[in-house]
Amino acid sequence: MVSLRNITKQFNGVYALRDVSIEFPAAKVIALVGENGAGKSTLMNILSGVYADYEGELVYQNDVVRFQGPRDAQDYGITIIHQELNLIPYLSVVENIFLGRELITPWGALDTPKMKTVAKQLLSRLKLELDLDTPVSQLKVGECQLIEIAKALLVESEVVIMDEPTSAISESEVYALYDIIRDLKASGKTVVYISHKMKELFTLADEYVVLRDGQVVQQGLMAEVNEQQLVNMMVGRTLAERVECGERVTDKAVLRVNHLSLLHPLKEDMLLEDLSFELCKGEILGIFGLMGAGRTELLETLFGLRGKPATGSFSFDEEEVSFFSSPNEALRWGLALVPEDRKSDGLVLGMDVRSNLTLSVLSSLEKLGVLADVQEKELCRQYVERLRIKTATDQQYVGHLSGGNQQKVVLAKYLATQPKVLMLDEPTRGIDVYAKGEIYDLIREQAAAGLGVIVVSSELPELFAVADRILVMCDGRITKQFKTEEATEESILQAALPDK
Amino acid sequence: MNMTITSYKKRLQQLQPLIALFLLCLIIAIFSDRFMTVTNLWNVMRQISVNICIAVGMTLVIISAGIDLSVGSILAFAGAVTASFLSMGAEIPFFGIYIGFTPLGAILVGITMGGVLGLVNGWVITYFKVQPFVATLAMLTIARGLTMLWTQGYPISSLGKEFASLGTGWFLGVPIPVWIAAIVTLLAVFVMKKTRFGRYIYAIGGNERAARLSGIKVNRVKTLVYMLSGMLAAVGGILVTSRLDSAQPNAGMGYELDAIAAVVIGGTSLSGGRGLIMGTVLGAIIIGVLNNGLVLLGVSPFWQQVVKGLVILIAVIIDRSQHKDKK
Repeated sequence: MVSLRNITKQFNGVYALRDVSIEFPAAKVIALVGENGAGKSTLMNILSGVYADYEGELVYQNDVVRFQGPRDAQDYGITIIHQELNLIPYLSVVENIFLGRELITPWGALDTPKMKTVAKQLLSRLKLELDLDTPVSQLKVGECQLIEIAKALLVESEVVIMDEPTSAISESEVYALYDIIRDLKASGKTVVYISHKMKELFTLADEYVVLRDGQVVQQGLMAEVNEQQLVNMMVGRTLAERVECGERVTDKAVLRVNHLSLLHPLKEDMLLEDLSFELCKGEILGIFGLMGAGRTELLETLFGLRGKPATGSFSFDEEEVSFFSSPNEALRWGLALVPEDRKSDGLVLGMDVRSNLTLSVLSSLEKLGVLADVQEKELCRQYVERLRIKTATDQQYVGHLSGGNQQKVVLAKYLATQPKVLMLDEPTRGIDVYAKGEIYDLIREQAAAGLGVIVVSSELPELFAVADRILVMCDGRITKQFKTEEATEESILQAALPDK
Repeated sequence: MNMTITSYKKRLQQLQPLIALFLLCLIIAIFSDRFMTVTNLWNVMRQISVNICIAVGMTLVIISAGIDLSVGSILAFAGAVTASFLSMGAEIPFFGIYIGFTPLGAILVGITMGGVLGLVNGWVITYFKVQPFVATLAMLTIARGLTMLWTQGYPISSLGKEFASLGTGWFLGVPIPVWIAAIVTLLAVFVMKKTRFGRYIYAIGGNERAARLSGIKVNRVKTLVYMLSGMLAAVGGILVTSRLDSAQPNAGMGYELDAIAAVVIGGTSLSGGRGLIMGTVLGAIIIGVLNNGLVLLGVSPFWQQVVKGLVILIAVIIDRSQHKDKK
C-alpha cells in the first residue's frame, strides 16, 4: 500500500532517519515502536506530508510520490492523528470536526443540520456522548483527543496513522477506539499505530517495526514476539522489574484530608464529594480513575489552584491548616505538584534548562537581591546529574529536549523546593519505556528519602509498578482502596466504573 | 563544532541591529553634511532619551506578554503635575497650609503619579482579568482627560532655570537626559539579567500558567511591571516638560507607538517571554536617527511616516525569518 524506500532525513547534519525501508501493507495494523528520539515522529511527518525534503522514495499505490504538505497527503488518502491536540478552543465540537471541510448548502451557506448528523454518527462510533454545540475549551483532554480522532475519520483515508492516540483517554474509551481500528482494518485500510503501551500493541497489531536511533532494527509479525523481547529491541538493553520496598512506609501521616468536597465552578454540581484519606511519610499512594473521575481536580485543590473547597479539613505535616490558597503557599509548606501537561503547565519552553529548573527556588539563590550565578549553576548541575537529565548544556532550550528529559526537568524543579509531599499527575504520559523506568526509580527514591508521594495515573501497570496503596476514584468520590499486592486489574476497574 | 557555529551565528544575529544602525548613519552622512556634527548628534541623542525611558518600561511589559498603550498620556499627566507643583505649590484647602516644592520634590511627585496610574493598570489587569490592551487603552483616555482637567487645557510654563537644566543641561560633556536614559537602561539590564524579578518577567511572558504553578506570585509581578512602566513614562514626561520649560496638555501623543516600535525593532517578541533591553535601546536609536536623517535630507513629513512604517515592517520580517527554526 505505502512503502518507504531508503529514506534518509537530516536536521542540521544530525541524522533523524538513516536508510529506512518499510512496507505498510493494506488491511493490516502495524505497530511502530521506539524510544523517544528514535525517529518515529520524523517518519510520520514524512508520511503525512509535513516534510517534503528527504532522500529516498515514498511509494504509494505503485507510484513514487512526494507530498507537498499535510493537505496534499490527505488528498491522496493518508491521514495522521497527532499526539498533540490541534483543536480551536472557542469553536464548537461540530465546527472543529468539520474545520476546513465544511458542508455547504447549494446557496453557499453552512449546512449545519447535515454536519451535526454526520458528527453525531462519528461520535457514536467512538461511544462519546457530547453536546455538539459545546466549545471544545470546556471539554476534558481525553474528550478532545477523541474529537481529534473523529476529525480524522471524517476523511475517507486509505492509510490512518495514529500517534499515541490513547495517551489522554481512559480505559473504557480505549475499547471504542479498538473497535474502530478493527473496522478500518476489515475495510482494507492500513493503520499505523504508534504507542508506548505494550498491551494495546499486542491487542491490535499484526506486524511491528522497531526503530532505534533513526534506523529500523527489526520488523516482523507480532505473533512471533513477546512483550519483553519487543521492549529489549527498543531500548537495546534489559529493564529491571518492580523493586519491592515495603519497609520505607512509615505510620506517620504527613498529609490528611477529611470530608473534602468541591463545587463545580459553573454548574450546580460536585466535582469532589466527601473525600477522606491520608498519606504517610515514605509511602507512594496511587490514585486511579477513569476520565472525569476528579483525580486532577483533587490534586489541583490540594495545590491551591481551585479556590476554597466547600467543606473539609486538612492537615499537613501534623499541623491543622486551612486548604492552601495558591501554589506559592503550597510550595512554601512543602507540597509540590508535578502537573499533567508538561508543555502547557510544567515548563517555560522558551527558557533554558537552568532557568526552568531553578524557577521555584530563585529566592534562595539571591544574595542582596542579586541572583548568584555560581550557586544557580551548581544547583542545576546537581539535579541534572541526580536525575540523569540528558542535555548538551544547562543553557539548552527545554523545548529541544526529548519528552522524558523534559519531564525530568519539571520533576527536578519541584524536587529543588525540597517538598515533604510530592504529587505527580500522569508522570509518564507520552514518554518512552526506558525513561518511564527511570521516572519510576526516581519516584521510589523520593519515597525512600521520606517523602510522601501521590501518583495519579490512568495506566494500571504504572500504579502496580510504583504504588504501595491504590485509591480508586469515580465521579468525584473515592470508591475503593487497595493494598497494591491485594489488588487486581479487574477489581480496580470494577471500582472505577460508574454504576448506572 | 556545531555548537560554536550556532553561537557564532547567534552573536551575529545580536549584532544585526547594530549593523543596520551603522548603515543607516552611513547613508545619511553621505547625503547630508549636517548629520555627522557634534551638535546634531547630541541633539538626536537628547531627543531619543525620552523614548528610551518609555521604551525600556514597555520592554518589561511586552516581555511579560502584555502591552501598555497609556504611556503617552501618563507622560503628559506626570509632566503637568510636576509643572504645576513646581510653579504653584500645593494648597491644602481646609487648613490654609501652603506647600512650596523644590524641583526634586516636584519630580518625585510626578514620578509617583506615573507609578500610581501604572499601578491602577496592573490592578485592573490582574484583579479584574481585563486584557492589557483594553485596560491600558482605557487608561490612555483617562490619563489624557485628567491632564486636561489638571491644566484646564493650558500649558504650564516658566518653571525656573534649575528645572529647565534637567532637559537642556550638560554634565561632563554629555546632555543630562542622555545620562538619565543611560542610567535607566543599565538598571533595567541589571534587573532583567541578574534579579529574580527579571527572571519572573521572562517566565510569566513565556508561560504564565507554568510560572504560577512554580509558585511565582504572578499578579504581584505583573502589577509591578505596569507600575514601573508608568514611572518610566513619568520620567519621560518630566524630561519633555523640562526641555520645553513648559508642560503641554497634549504632550506625548502617539509616544506609545514609538515606544512599541522601538521594542519591536529591538527584536522583542510581542507574544512575550523573549527580548532584550539593549535591543530596545538600539531600536529607539534607529528610530531617532531615522527621524533626524529624514528631516535633514528634506524628505516631506508625509513620506517620513511611510518610511518609518516600512522600517518597522522590515525589521520584524527579518526577525521572524531568523526565529522560524525555533518555533
